[in-house]
Amino acid sequence: MIAELELQTAGNSQLTQPTTTVASLENVNKNYEAVRALRDVNFEVRSGEIVALLGPNGAGKTTAVQLFLGLMPPNSGKVRVFGADPTNPENRMRTGAMLQVGRVPETLRVREHIDLFSSYYQKRLQLAQVLAAAGLEKLSDRKFGELSGGQKQRVLFALAICGDPDLLFLDEPTVGLDVEARRMLWDEIRRMVCRGKTVLLTTHYLQEADALADRIAVINQGEIIAQGTPAEIKAQTRGKKIRCITSISLGTIRQFPGVEEVREDREAVQIRADEAEPILRELLSRDPNLSGLEVTSAGLEEAFLALTAESKDANNGSGLN
Amino acid sequence: MSTASIALRRTTAERSFGHTMTIYLKEAKYEFLKYLRLRVYTASLLSFPTMFYILFGLVLGQNQFLAGMRVPTYLIATYGTFGVMGASLFGTAAGLASDRGLGWLQVKRASPMPPFAYFAAKIITSMIFSTVIVLVLFALGVAFGHVHMPFAQFLILLGVLVAGSLPFSAMGLALGYFTGPNSAPTTINLIYLPMSFASGLWMPFMFLPKAVRTIALAMPPYHLSQLALGVVGSGAHESSLRHWEFLVAFTLICLGVARIGFQRDQEKMYG
Repeated sequence: MIAELELQTAGNSQLTQPTTTVASLENVNKNYEAVRALRDVNFEVRSGEIVALLGPNGAGKTTAVQLFLGLMPPNSGKVRVFGADPTNPENRMRTGAMLQVGRVPETLRVREHIDLFSSYYQKRLQLAQVLAAAGLEKLSDRKFGELSGGQKQRVLFALAICGDPDLLFLDEPTVGLDVEARRMLWDEIRRMVCRGKTVLLTTHYLQEADALADRIAVINQGEIIAQGTPAEIKAQTRGKKIRCITSISLGTIRQFPGVEEVREDREAVQIRADEAEPILRELLSRDPNLSGLEVTSAGLEEAFLALTAESKDANNGSGLN
Repeated sequence: MSTASIALRRTTAERSFGHTMTIYLKEAKYEFLKYLRLRVYTASLLSFPTMFYILFGLVLGQNQFLAGMRVPTYLIATYGTFGVMGASLFGTAAGLASDRGLGWLQVKRASPMPPFAYFAAKIITSMIFSTVIVLVLFALGVAFGHVHMPFAQFLILLGVLVAGSLPFSAMGLALGYFTGPNSAPTTINLIYLPMSFASGLWMPFMFLPKAVRTIALAMPPYHLSQLALGVVGSGAHESSLRHWEFLVAFTLICLGVARIGFQRDQEKMYG
């Protein structure tokens, strides 16, 4: 499945610039007692790209980031960052991380947090630069405990970038951010890449992966089930989505040539098909009262749902054998 | 020897001495500020030993004698020990358990922070709070309890008590690695309060039941309070060397336990 997709990628991709791998997981397994958090994962981060690790909660995204940061060792397989072991202290000078944190010291001010973290690094950004990049200029004197959820996320982002790292790990960076703050962070992440940095982010928002990433790896139940550009992932689910309100029965629609899936969606029906036109002809000729017609290309969301459903089926299947 | 130096190299990036010192100082400064601004925390650390001292030392004990010395002087040594123990246990264990359990320590570990700077900051902060507590008790004693002692003797008393912060900081680190963010404060109190009682910090040692006096010999605060009493001319049930030996051994054991926790955390994640 992955091999197939990668072959496809090689054919389609016009972005075949020579890139170097800056971080990789090779045949990595990680278990938490009985839970297999990562199963035989192969994944790499290439220099100058934004790569998204996309998957539902509990898929193993955070585990992958923690392995890259050398916070724990894998049970088997190899983790490399800048060609070395991830616990190598020199690596930590060149990486920044934004992790999901339950509690940050609340009585310290924003600029104090940044001052402390900046001091760890050899090369560091000016406080003003960090504040501007994270949109915290007006909050510099605030205590962390006085900030809103979104503002707290921005402080964590500031701590991740204050050492001007070459490689940035962002674990669910936009959770809890409003639309505006999310867009601002996206812009900032893009700016990092323009300056030659590399970014790995995890997300369960498809829209985020689609909007930001050069490459997406879809992860589910500890396995990478697809990798490619957003367009390639979308191409996994070809076809169109038709939605309309009609009196034609679901059973009849299912008989139309080229229909892949039909289901009820509130008062309307939703049809997935390779091509929209033949279906539309049938629908309109049979139901003159048809209304609310919409035709869309199947998006990343469909691809994602199809992929994760497939991998679930495969796992269930193997469970039975 | 060689494995030790490899282990050190693996956790610390190469930096100039000045840069490393800056990190240690900043880490300590912000750790101290963090707690200083937690009013409830600083108030409770200070208020318990001072309230006890005012009540038993200044109000009730003004004209009493214990083991041949005036009560206001005697109680500076014992409530000083009590205060130092509280500042050190809470300053290390509660913060560490919370940082570990709620993910903040992970963020720090992912950064190039020298790991020891984090622990040093906690220990230094505990020592600063310990110093403040002893100074407040002493000031109260001098102002309202007619406590007199030569300046050199006072400095030695302060030095002994503040050095006594180390065993309890080590104990706090060990506790911080084996308790969760919610259970840590309760666990600390469950150890701190009975240990203080059994060591004669609340009720003078000679008034304790015989069984408790036997238990006291195994309690670190007993040994610290005896050293402090020794400075002001009392205590010394055994030679002070024995007390030092006990405290050093206790510190090493706690550091060993903390190290096991530290290593366990490298293998396994929480939260």
